[in-house]
Amino acid sequence: MPEALLEIRHLKKYFPVKSGFLNRTVGQIKAVDDISLSIRPGETFGLVGESGSGKSTVGRTAIRLTEKTDGEVRFKGIDLYGLNAEELRRLRPKMQLIFQDPYSSLNPRVRIGDAIGEALLDHGLAPKEEIRDRVLDVLAACGLSAYHIDRFPHEFSGGQRQRIGIARALVLNPELIIADEPVSALDVSIQAQIINLFRKLQESRGLTYLFISHDLSVVEHLCSRIGVMYLGSMVETAPRDDLFRNPLHPYTKALLSAVPIPIPKLKRERIVLSGDIPSPANPPSGCKFHTRCPFAVERCKEQAPEFRHVGGERFVACHLV
Amino acid sequence: MSDLLEIDRLKVYFDTREGTVKAVDDVSLRVRRGETVCIVGESGCGKSITAMSIMGLVGSNAAAGPFVDGQIRFDGRNLLRLDRNELRTIRGREIAMIFQEPMTSLNPVLPIGEQIMEPLIEHLKLSRKAARARAIELIRKVGISRPEQIAKSYPHELSGGMLQRIMIAIAISCNPKLLIADEPTTALDVTIQAQILDMMRQFKADSNMSILLITHDLGVVAEMADYVVVMYSGKVVEEGEVVELFTNPKHPYTRGLLKSKPVINQRQDELYSIPGQVPNPLELRPSCYFHERCERCMDVCRTREPRLREVGDNGKVACWLYEEAVVHA
Repeated sequence: MPEALLEIRHLKKYFPVKSGFLNRTVGQIKAVDDISLSIRPGETFGLVGESGSGKSTVGRTAIRLTEKTDGEVRFKGIDLYGLNAEELRRLRPKMQLIFQDPYSSLNPRVRIGDAIGEALLDHGLAPKEEIRDRVLDVLAACGLSAYHIDRFPHEFSGGQRQRIGIARALVLNPELIIADEPVSALDVSIQAQIINLFRKLQESRGLTYLFISHDLSVVEHLCSRIGVMYLGSMVETAPRDDLFRNPLHPYTKALLSAVPIPIPKLKRERIVLSGDIPSPANPPSGCKFHTRCPFAVERCKEQAPEFRHVGGERFVACHLV
Repeated sequence: MSDLLEIDRLKVYFDTREGTVKAVDDVSLRVRRGETVCIVGESGCGKSITAMSIMGLVGSNAAAGPFVDGQIRFDGRNLLRLDRNELRTIRGREIAMIFQEPMTSLNPVLPIGEQIMEPLIEHLKLSRKAARARAIELIRKVGISRPEQIAKSYPHELSGGMLQRIMIAIAISCNPKLLIADEPTTALDVTIQAQILDMMRQFKADSNMSILLITHDLGVVAEMADYVVVMYSGKVVEEGEVVELFTNPKHPYTRGLLKSKPVINQRQDELYSIPGQVPNPLELRPSCYFHERCERCMDVCRTREPRLREVGDNGKVACWLYEEAVVHA
């Protein structure tokens, strides 16, 4: 098996909850609570979960955009949290992030060519006179035209802006791209274009993706392995086909059965979960899912299940599996 | 089944500095009693403006408001002709509406209970005491536990899913004949979306209420709709009974939309995608507005607008491919 490009071990990220006159820390939100995963070169790892599950925080701590609370992250074997600022900066071009909202992630006063090219200049990756050519290259790779280079963000539609976001990451020749809900804000017909672009770029440039999304149908389409998160914990990871054909964790099953399928009058078994996701500031005892789990037994309330290997490349955290 | 709502040639035009935007251009549709009609389309196609015009929320009486023309007949009355007071007796009472953002649709400084009581007192003339009891009953009915406590809490104390339930509680409080739901589950997680859709279906079955559901999600359409209207650039391009529309879509746009949506357990290596993007509403010329993105575009599509006409049983499409006289000319 090839060495992992990104190796996350027992990662924890807690945010303090402050309150009162003296603004004292009164508690902690365990946004990411002991997560391990490894991503191999060239694969697309999908991270799914509902809002507040901590999937975006995993993405950010995985490339040290926010500091961890505990655990270890290795990128190409290098301990990211052991680097100093300068070393980290030199590594940055290799790990890039693409955001959900293509409207707020571009400076409205900066021309597209400059927005894409500035990182090259900043990192000293290309001499000034080459930058325009490099920008034109990635614009073409992302399905934009050469004349777009001098335009401003407001002149572009949502789908085009997302292409610009991708171009901006791509111009640095990254090895790992963390894409945080990159197609969620887009209309269906545009979403399909961007999904295909992600795939095409992966093939032509050998990119590795950590693809964060709440949309299981998009994740199934694009990802080779998938991890499912709930309230800061990983409940299941599995290769794509295993996960979709035979989900093991009750939460994964419920999530899959809740996705509306565009086939009218389709009869299927649906697990409707009752209630809301509990607050991450005060998660339930034992298995965090037990308050909504239709199969919960007494043991689930008291004892947190171990995230364990269950054959093949599958891992699951449930007492009943 | 008789028609509860009939929209006839509705036009809503906005004057902007750059020119006129025809947000809704000659749209006709109807909703029968007890029926769920879905309007589906992408951002900017005019689906929300259509819904808001029914509620009189884009009125033509305001000085800066848009130009509105056509007829919206609800239960025998033309809503566009009613004055403000007459509209008030219908809004919330006979037609209720829920919006995409439950977080911003409720008054942040008023307890939840008060907000549910308001239409009960206003429309049903209940006393405060009776209204409070009914409000608590409604909160219980939408599946929220501890209703007495919830009635006293403020919107910021509840989650998005709970707020949307509260919106539904307010909407059904006066037993409306029509519920307009504009992307009601778009901001919610899938497991919560499943709960909300289930609840809407159940209330509809209990009360014979009609639903006009506006959404961009074809999965939601398939689950909820009896009849589907597809809009593109302010126009209806296709409509039909739900099974027929999904199994035998006619308009190239509808086909493309259905093909480009990834579906669970039907993975393909490459997704079909409709090329290009929606045309700028300021630059629309007489033509089929979809022609630049259409795989089967013909000469006539570039210069003349196709009419919405009946094809097959109970379905309509606006596409030159189905205009025999032209194809064979």
